[in-house]
Amino acid sequence: MKISPEEVAKVAKLARLDLSDDKIELFSGQLDDILNYMDKLGELDTSEVEPLFSPVEHTTVLRADETRKDYSRDEVLSNAPEQDGQFFIVPRIV
Amino acid sequence: MSDIHCMTLTEIASKLQAREVSVEYVVQSCLDRIQSTEPKVKALLSVQAEVALEQARAMDEAGPDPDKPLWGVPLVLKDLLTTKNAPTTCGSRILENFVPFYDATAVERLRNAGAVLLGKANMDEFAMGSSTENSAFQRTTNPWDIDRVPGGSSGGSGATVAACQCYGALGTDTGGSIRTPASFCGIVGLKPTYGRVSRFGLVAYGSSLDQMGPMTRSVEDSARILQAIAGHDPKDSTSVDVEVPDYLAGLGRSDLKGVTIGMPEEYWGEGLAPEVEKACRAAIAKAEELGAATVPVKLSYTDYAIATYYIIAMAEASSNLSRFDGVRYGYRNKEADELVDMYTRSRTEGFGDEVQRRIIMGTYVLSSGYYDAYYRKAAQVRRLIREDFDKAFTQCDLIAGPVCPTTAFRIGEKADPLQMYLIDIFTISLNLAGLPGMSLPVGLGESSQMPVGLQLMGLAFSEPGMLSVADALERALPPMPVPEM
Repeated sequence: MKISPEEVAKVAKLARLDLSDDKIELFSGQLDDILNYMDKLGELDTSEVEPLFSPVEHTTVLRADETRKDYSRDEVLSNAPEQDGQFFIVPRIV
Repeated sequence: MSDIHCMTLTEIASKLQAREVSVEYVVQSCLDRIQSTEPKVKALLSVQAEVALEQARAMDEAGPDPDKPLWGVPLVLKDLLTTKNAPTTCGSRILENFVPFYDATAVERLRNAGAVLLGKANMDEFAMGSSTENSAFQRTTNPWDIDRVPGGSSGGSGATVAACQCYGALGTDTGGSIRTPASFCGIVGLKPTYGRVSRFGLVAYGSSLDQMGPMTRSVEDSARILQAIAGHDPKDSTSVDVEVPDYLAGLGRSDLKGVTIGMPEEYWGEGLAPEVEKACRAAIAKAEELGAATVPVKLSYTDYAIATYYIIAMAEASSNLSRFDGVRYGYRNKEADELVDMYTRSRTEGFGDEVQRRIIMGTYVLSSGYYDAYYRKAAQVRRLIREDFDKAFTQCDLIAGPVCPTTAFRIGEKADPLQMYLIDIFTISLNLAGLPGMSLPVGLGESSQMPVGLQLMGLAFSEPGMLSVADALERALPPMPVPEM
């Protein structure tokens, strides 16, 4: 088995997801099938191959460092679950 | 003019410009069609009827603008593209009440070209799926057979165009999400070269793979929409500053002399449904009749493409979707009294199963100890896949194959996630390589009586040539019927 239910639970926690035991069981079986399938890449020798992370390679796009005001604060806050007209409000952090 | 809603975009645009029909009349006829067909098709998540009618009346008042090629033409957008002051859900509970305050660049360009935007189309949640069954809101059906899926993830866009609810739609394609629904619904779907159309306002799934494009009832319609949306955008650092050619210039040719079509053996062999092979081969025979030559080519890494694709797409998804945390937009669990708990409960309650699966998988392949074995390895194979295409294109102008191994399958038929991933076998390599491709309807499969799409693939920025070949083929093939609704 490539991925155990415990590992699924651990990775889920890292991704800020809280799965029920049933779902952990279901996912670990499905993810195990998927990972086994992905193992076929191991058949290929890629030791000399440079990774390709994006079809648009070697681009560093620069622009002038100028401030712009594209959106108003009201707009930016308009979808916040909780805000006070100035800030996004979140529950206590510590 | 009883069949006005089933005209092509090209036809209706010219009638609107000539004032043979009013914008209000055309918009109202689309809204009527939506009302009569939507209970069966369920293609749309929201319709902006009042806004569209108001805009239509104002346009009629002002009169046609010859500088606006889509003047008065009603279109639909996949609900993954942000629309100012109109809901954008991405098919997810987590964005159920999200109303963006800005337009995606392509949406802005469609507006500037004169289009009337009718509403937003259903989709697999965050574009993760191949059948639109992963939408959090509704099951879109295939207008050809309501027991079958429309394909995905742009299934709502495919179905709304096939059902003649509008004159064209935008979809997005990360691993086939324009081409598969176009194939299943019997319409034309074009995935442009990566970088051709700005991704600003396209809610990211796999940023190095995503690209949006037109879904239409004809090749010429596709060219017209691409013309409007293509071009460099400073707001997207991966949009490429390459001149936008005239996509209509090459249309209308009567033969295909001098065109060489590559036939990859990996796309034409085992695993292909006989009815799909037969319809696609008939289309290739027609291309040969028109003077095209065919040559066998090899895409020898095809067998590795699905594994490569899903590793990369899930890795990028897990990173992109970390932004949904209940702070700045989207769903928040209001009971959590501590920050991390709020993140966790909001995400757990807001995301559906397939999205959660991909986030977990993506987090796993990027985690320390597995990064080299999975993510880096996949990125290396990705280069091999692109080099495969480079080599093949030294022998041919275009590559042709089926879009999908089968026609549209039945709703609920593919319950296992891995089985669903495997149907993407012919579409995903192109996204890994960043190249353009399209689905052209070539008729109905003889056993299922469902549409079959032929896929054309080309070199980067070869859309003009591809559209010109597809257009010649479309005119030479028997006209695609319209599904009875």
